[in-house]
Amino acid sequence: MSEPSQPVRDSFARVEAGMKRRRAAERRFRFFGKCAVGLGLGFLVILFVSIVGNGYSAFWQTRITLEVTIDEASIDPSGVRDPAVLQAADYGALIKQSMRELFPDVSGRRNRIALYGLVSNGASFDLRDRILADPSLIGTTISLSVAADDDVDMLMKGHIDRGAPEADRRIKDNQLAWIEKLEADDRIGSAFNLDFFSNGDSREPELAGIRGALMGSIYTLFVTLGLSFPLAVAAAVYLEEFAPKNRWTDLIEVNINNLAAVPSIVFGLLGLAVFINFFTLPRSAPIVGGLVLTLMTLPTIIIASRAALKSVPPSIREGALGVGASPMQAVMYHVLPLALPGMLTGTIIGMAQALGETAPLLMIGMVAFIADVPAGVFDPATALPVQIYLWADSPERAYVEKTSAAIIVLLLFLAAMNALAVLLRRRFERRW
Amino acid sequence: MNKAKFAIAVLSAATLGSAYAQSARDYVSIVGSSTVYPFATVVAERFGKSTPFKTPKIESTGSGGGIKLFCAGVGVEHPDITNASRAIKASELEQCAANGVRDVIEVKIGYDGISVGHAKSAADVDLTRQQLFLALAKQVPDPKGGDALVDNPYQTWKDIDASLPATRIEVLGPPPTSGTRDAFVELVMEKGCSEFPFIKAMKKSDKGAFKNICHTVREDGGYVEAGENDNLIVQKLEANPDAFGIFGFSFLDQNRDKIKGSNIEGVAPEFETIADGSYPVSRPLFFYVKKAHVGVIPGIAEYLAEFTSTKAMGEEGYLSERGLIPLPKDEYAQVVGKAKTLTAMK
Repeated sequence: MSEPSQPVRDSFARVEAGMKRRRAAERRFRFFGKCAVGLGLGFLVILFVSIVGNGYSAFWQTRITLEVTIDEASIDPSGVRDPAVLQAADYGALIKQSMRELFPDVSGRRNRIALYGLVSNGASFDLRDRILADPSLIGTTISLSVAADDDVDMLMKGHIDRGAPEADRRIKDNQLAWIEKLEADDRIGSAFNLDFFSNGDSREPELAGIRGALMGSIYTLFVTLGLSFPLAVAAAVYLEEFAPKNRWTDLIEVNINNLAAVPSIVFGLLGLAVFINFFTLPRSAPIVGGLVLTLMTLPTIIIASRAALKSVPPSIREGALGVGASPMQAVMYHVLPLALPGMLTGTIIGMAQALGETAPLLMIGMVAFIADVPAGVFDPATALPVQIYLWADSPERAYVEKTSAAIIVLLLFLAAMNALAVLLRRRFERRW
Repeated sequence: MNKAKFAIAVLSAATLGSAYAQSARDYVSIVGSSTVYPFATVVAERFGKSTPFKTPKIESTGSGGGIKLFCAGVGVEHPDITNASRAIKASELEQCAANGVRDVIEVKIGYDGISVGHAKSAADVDLTRQQLFLALAKQVPDPKGGDALVDNPYQTWKDIDASLPATRIEVLGPPPTSGTRDAFVELVMEKGCSEFPFIKAMKKSDKGAFKNICHTVREDGGYVEAGENDNLIVQKLEANPDAFGIFGFSFLDQNRDKIKGSNIEGVAPEFETIADGSYPVSRPLFFYVKKAHVGVIPGIAEYLAEFTSTKAMGEEGYLSERGLIPLPKDEYAQVVGKAKTLTAMK
């Protein structure tokens, strides 16, 4: 082996000299990369900790157990058990009666009102529903677990300081004493908050639930998916596989890319003008929300679908054409199935985007108080992010935890959608 | 044109699977002010639960936006009721009439106080409207005297009045789109600036300049636009004891363990002081009903009855628990009378 010649040795030396600097640069680069990832993860952890920390308590609700005597004379004096009579009877009086029996020495109108205020005014509707479902309860005494008022709930969860001066507390001293007696009698306790998942919105925080908004989001996304997926796939297939390459298709392509970047409120305005004012579709309905979000997600899905079609190797098309398939057959039976996983991923990303939108919904009246759970796409409805916004803006303190709980539900919904995307990709994806 | 319209209609009908004609609406549709929203929703919910009617739908669009939608016309696609945190303007009524909305029933529901407050941990403060104007206006009369206006030189509250604390002026308040901000500007800033005789004289001679001086809020950081969300303002005040905030009375009422209201002209923001009118910063709240829809959309008259009932709007009604300041007795009786007979505005 001969010694390297002079010029080669020189260049070795130069490389050697620069080596330290280059390694340091590489280490720095890696370090910055790690920092960026760490920072991102750190913020994510802070976000999750604060949301879950604020929100987990909303999944529990303070409940008070009452012995309610269902007096036939006051509920159904005629004894016929006519549902209309039972529907209209004064169940609040029965709840009040049982509260009075628990605290017989409370007198005076103001004190009694304060006493009745411990339980939610939804209690009478609970009792009504229970009796309507089973009229044979009339005349008996039942043990009924009713939701506590939101202020009581906040106190039990420690969001109201028992030691604060009376004037600063929403729970007054006499109420505090009653609550302590209820605690001593083991009549007040915490239970899983089923109402949160079965009720629509309410202005009583202890009755407010996420179901209305969740169903609204589901209906809206259902319409969005049903319209945008077929339209976007058809558009992408035509543009990618069949359309001639000329100025017009270039123009269309540029415009699709531009549309993907248009702020969503613009689509809301368009939806208001076209779907509500021109076609007189109902305001606040998921059908309109779905149509508007379709406009918004279409470009996203088209772009993702075209990318998926582009990634199918030309040999597949050529092979199909070579054995005599027509261009349409080649696309339908060979190219499309292979591009589908990518298209589905793009669709679900578009759907996730649509799920989080509030701005376009404002214009079409979906930012609204809607207590009834929607039963179809034409019923007035709201959506999850809107519900979060509305609760965040409510004065009652109990809505703070409701807001975070709604965010948790929204995040779980998103996570489920993304998991579906990963699953579909894993299942159908093919690599070359 | 008609052909094109028809073609689009057919196309959309095909896309939707079926054409939907909005021929019937079986719930009351309400739009309007975000200040009235928390009260109207409580009534709507109780109404929905205790009557066979569906729960009314209430959109929070802001007073101006609500009136615009309300006045767009008569028919099921237009709302039946709009909430407003101010009285409807004559120009808006004209707009209404131009679109065929002629008979409008006005219902005054009560008062809302606007409080200036700060964290519980800070010392009590007595403010006047003039001091608030000097603290928050963009241009103020020259502190050295004379009738000249200068860019607001005040940096701390003490600069304005020796009785005030020596902390930096920092007031968190709503943005210009908010009705609370409109009311604050009108009830506090304008009153405060009218206490300077030369500015008051301007009101007659040059109304535009007067408005400009009195309504323009400083932009050098003394006034911080904290968003429409009053809860956010409350949280920020708790974290920063030197800052003041401007928010609706119901938020003060719900958070008395965290924040307190400052006295204005020596009067504390309390339920009683707002009700008897001695607290100077309060405004009436309204809703407006489209008379042409009564009897067409089920439940409007009944909703009106529920809202104006003693158990809702009365002195000890459930709305007062939510922070609505009830009307004085004689005014309340008038409102109930008008609601019963569905008397429209003239």
